[in-house]
Amino acid sequence: MDAQVLARWQFGITTVYHFFFVPMTIGTSWMVAVLQTRWLRSGDDQWLRLTKFYSKLFLINFTAGVVTGIVQEFQFGMNWSEYSRFVGDIFGAPLALEALLAFFLESTFIGLWIFGWDKLPRGLHNLCMYIVALGSTLSAIFILSANTFMQNPVGAVYENGRAQLVDFGALFSNPFFLVTFPHQIAASLMVGGGLLAGVGAWKLAKVHKENPEGHPDEMAWRKSSRMGAWVLIAACVAVFASGHAQAQVEAHYQPMKLAASEGLLHTTEGAGFAIVGVYTQERDSEGITQVHEVWSFEVPYLLSLLAFNDPNAEVMGINDLTEQYLQEGYRDVAGNRTVLQEEFSSELAKLSVDPVPNVMVSFYSFRLMIGLGTVGALIGVLILWFTRKGHYPPTEKPWQFTTWKIAMGALPFLPTFANSFGWILTEMGRQPWIVYGVLPTWTANSPNVSAAKVIASMSAFTLVYGIIAVVVLKLFFTYIAKGLPEVTPPEVSKDADAPLSFAY
Amino acid sequence: MSHDQLIILWFLLIGVLWIGFFFLEGFDFGVAMLYPVIGKDPTERRVMVNAIGPTWDANEVWLLTAGGATFAAFPGWYATLFSGLYLPLLLVLLGLIIRGVSFEYRALMPEDNWRDTFDWAATIGSLIVTLVLAIGFANMWKGMPVDGEPPHISGGFWSLFSPFALLGGVMLIALFMVHGAVFLSLKTAGSVHDKAHGVIRTLGPIALVLLAAFIIIGNIAYPAASNPNLGAGGSVAMWVVGLVSVAALALGILMHSKKGHQKRENLAFLATGISIATLFATIFIKMFGTLGFVPTSGTSFDMWIAASSPYTLNLMSKAALFGVPLVLAYTIWSYSVFRRRLSVANMPPEPSTVAVGAVQG
Ligand code: HDD
Ligand code: HEM
Ligand code: HEM
Repeated sequence: MDAQVLARWQFGITTVYHFFFVPMTIGTSWMVAVLQTRWLRSGDDQWLRLTKFYSKLFLINFTAGVVTGIVQEFQFGMNWSEYSRFVGDIFGAPLALEALLAFFLESTFIGLWIFGWDKLPRGLHNLCMYIVALGSTLSAIFILSANTFMQNPVGAVYENGRAQLVDFGALFSNPFFLVTFPHQIAASLMVGGGLLAGVGAWKLAKVHKENPEGHPDEMAWRKSSRMGAWVLIAACVAVFASGHAQAQVEAHYQPMKLAASEGLLHTTEGAGFAIVGVYTQERDSEGITQVHEVWSFEVPYLLSLLAFNDPNAEVMGINDLTEQYLQEGYRDVAGNRTVLQEEFSSELAKLSVDPVPNVMVSFYSFRLMIGLGTVGALIGVLILWFTRKGHYPPTEKPWQFTTWKIAMGALPFLPTFANSFGWILTEMGRQPWIVYGVLPTWTANSPNVSAAKVIASMSAFTLVYGIIAVVVLKLFFTYIAKGLPEVTPPEVSKDADAPLSFAY
Repeated sequence: MSHDQLIILWFLLIGVLWIGFFFLEGFDFGVAMLYPVIGKDPTERRVMVNAIGPTWDANEVWLLTAGGATFAAFPGWYATLFSGLYLPLLLVLLGLIIRGVSFEYRALMPEDNWRDTFDWAATIGSLIVTLVLAIGFANMWKGMPVDGEPPHISGGFWSLFSPFALLGGVMLIALFMVHGAVFLSLKTAGSVHDKAHGVIRTLGPIALVLLAAFIIIGNIAYPAASNPNLGAGGSVAMWVVGLVSVAALALGILMHSKKGHQKRENLAFLATGISIATLFATIFIKMFGTLGFVPTSGTSFDMWIAASSPYTLNLMSKAALFGVPLVLAYTIWSYSVFRRRLSVANMPPEPSTVAVGAVQG
């Protein structure tokens, strides 16, 4: 394999891995902050126990997110030096701002929160967690503005042989950004909600079985599962709404990605939505990909409706889009290009680009995203039903208990993997472009980094990440098994010899 | 500001970010490298970990910001440097990963063997990062050959390990250990505090000699004159700033001849901090314009070529004007929240019971 393919694998592996932790950090930080507020408001120590319990899980996850994020910050230079040279003028700015305005905030205030129980007044201490949550959300804003620039390169011109920024604000009014940000935040809240709901409902069933007369932890777990389930369901509605908007933006600016993720070969009016399908693809003698449909099962009109709010709308197919690309270069469906796409087009014409992404990957990552997330939300509905007033999860028969445990154990993972597949769709579906309609991916990697070096680093990261995965899972299960801690409400301590309330 | 002025400003700011990183994370590295020296006893080691516990992550963000700022302000520098120093950077990243995980997970897995493994990982990770970064900066002082279009670093991996660079590596390890010991003397009480003083007494003079050798050899073998952007003023500046670094370290060590004097300890910490800051200031002076590269004939590459557009630099300057004071303000606040000295007496009994969140007092 050449260094370029390896570099893509490396980026894919490390980024998907980083992104297992990110949605959970964003989602859970808000949840922990709210749990703590509910304790302060109600004075009920059950909320404090939940705060402590989930903050432990949050920290396990946050740490893994932080250490894998460090790699992200530097690997654009390591593996994608020509990409960095070409777009650094634009792409670097949000990355630097993310560090300056978001990472400092997160890391400082998480330190204050963890170690500050007996040093800060309660309200201020709670505020620290909100600042952490805000920091993680800010982080998403900046990194998403950078990513959506790659999806739709606005606010830039082609000058001095590279892309140059002319309008920073345009990065944040980018139609892609406006739909991606709410979609991502809502998807992260699904993960946070899924964690509280899944763990809570698992534990509720367990303590109820142990002590049907009323276990002391019962109320807390009930609170956790219901609060989590509500957040999960509400966030899912927001995810659907923003996802719908996102599909429309995609249909407008990246019709090829849409066509690939639907396996739509021919331009069709009243296009149907394929639930399942099998497609093959191979390059012809001119180096252009030809796609064939082996088999598919469709729901009529749904795709046109999803993409254009109109069951009879015309949706462009892969073949026509390929033809159109080869004739006139990249265009959105209205026939327009951004300034950068326009100005770079004469350079681009010198390169031969095969405009078709991998259809099977796009097709199934789209369906897995929606499917896993939806199943997650449905489990949320079940939880609400089974934990309604005076009721308990079904545990009488062993198979019920087992089924419940499996469903609850899986719950936090469902929206997490839905997030991963959403990104795999976004990133694989935009191939062959690293900057859409401007820079092909194969021109962007580091020319002087050999395949051997990439293999060395990829093996090293995979090994270390594998170990971290084992440790993180072990910690998760250990601390979930330990259950709710006993607490005495913290007080600000002035005694210099008193033991710390928290120590590593 | 003109484009040229903005470029100079951003070169300086990136220098400041690196210096901030080395000043702050320098003692974190030092403390972790001192685990096997001062922290043989687990409870004492725990005092050490907790002295840096609340703030190490924020200190590391200085590095991330330096990386991000380099990307934004000098994309060409970011691209050439990090693709060229691929394997060293890989080592740095791996070191940072294992050490970050170690700090956070040691208390969560309190069984002796896990905890000791994590602590070793923190020590080794800190050692690797310090060593490799020092070797990297020593090479930037020397100047690394770049070649071709797009410009890339043409020397191989092993060419980085010149005697001067190795001296730099050993020197920085010693310097950070002393800085870490000074920090511990300031932040702890009791046995850890006393042992930290012992380290300063024995290791201090060694670090001083290494630092002096590094500065003198560097200035003689790779003088400012080899940088076309620096005139005679550059030579003077490099010598003066370099010697300030040596003098500051000497002062820091001398401050410690007497035990347990709060004022002196504050001063000593300031002094080792200044020593680190001026050490890297010297290197950044040397890198002015060239960014630590020596283009082979036919290649042109310098900070003006590597820089971003005036628009981006302007934007970033405004963001820095707003962001940096803010960051400094809450960083200082967080250090003041955790100003109390720690000792063995402050350690809660068992990490395991605390880790699940039992709160005393
Ligand atoms: C819990 C997770 C989750 C769930 C249930 C959904 N999504 Fe999603 N989706 C994501 C999580 C996600 C994501 C991981 O957050 C992505 C990746 C990039 C992004 O902006 O969001 C994404 C991307 C993404 C994209 C690609 C945008 C692009 O290429 O730039 C589209 C078109 C949709 N989503 C549409 C939907 C629709 C119509 C959904 C349901 C009806 C849906 N998503 C459910
Ligand atoms: C928002 C921040 C992100 C940025 C700036 C970004 C940028 C990039 C870049 C530069 C590449 C390499 C070039 C390429 O292959 O096209 C890439 C590829 C990739 N990214 Fe992203 N990415 C981001 C988020 C994510 C996330 C969150 C995921 C997954 C969870 C992801 C998954 C992938 C995958 C799978 C590839 C490989 C695609 C391929 O090469 O075929 N990305 N991305
Ligand atoms: C490919 C581009 C990406 C880069 C360069 C990157 C960089 C980083 C870095 C350096 C950290 C560690 C910060 C610290 O030390 O405190 C980090 C953590 C984090 N990143 Fe990423 N990241 C990327 C993708 C993403 C995406 C797509 C998001 C959100 C939408 C995101 C959100 C976060 C959050 C919330 C954290 C906090 C800790 C955690 O993840 O658990 N990152 N990232």
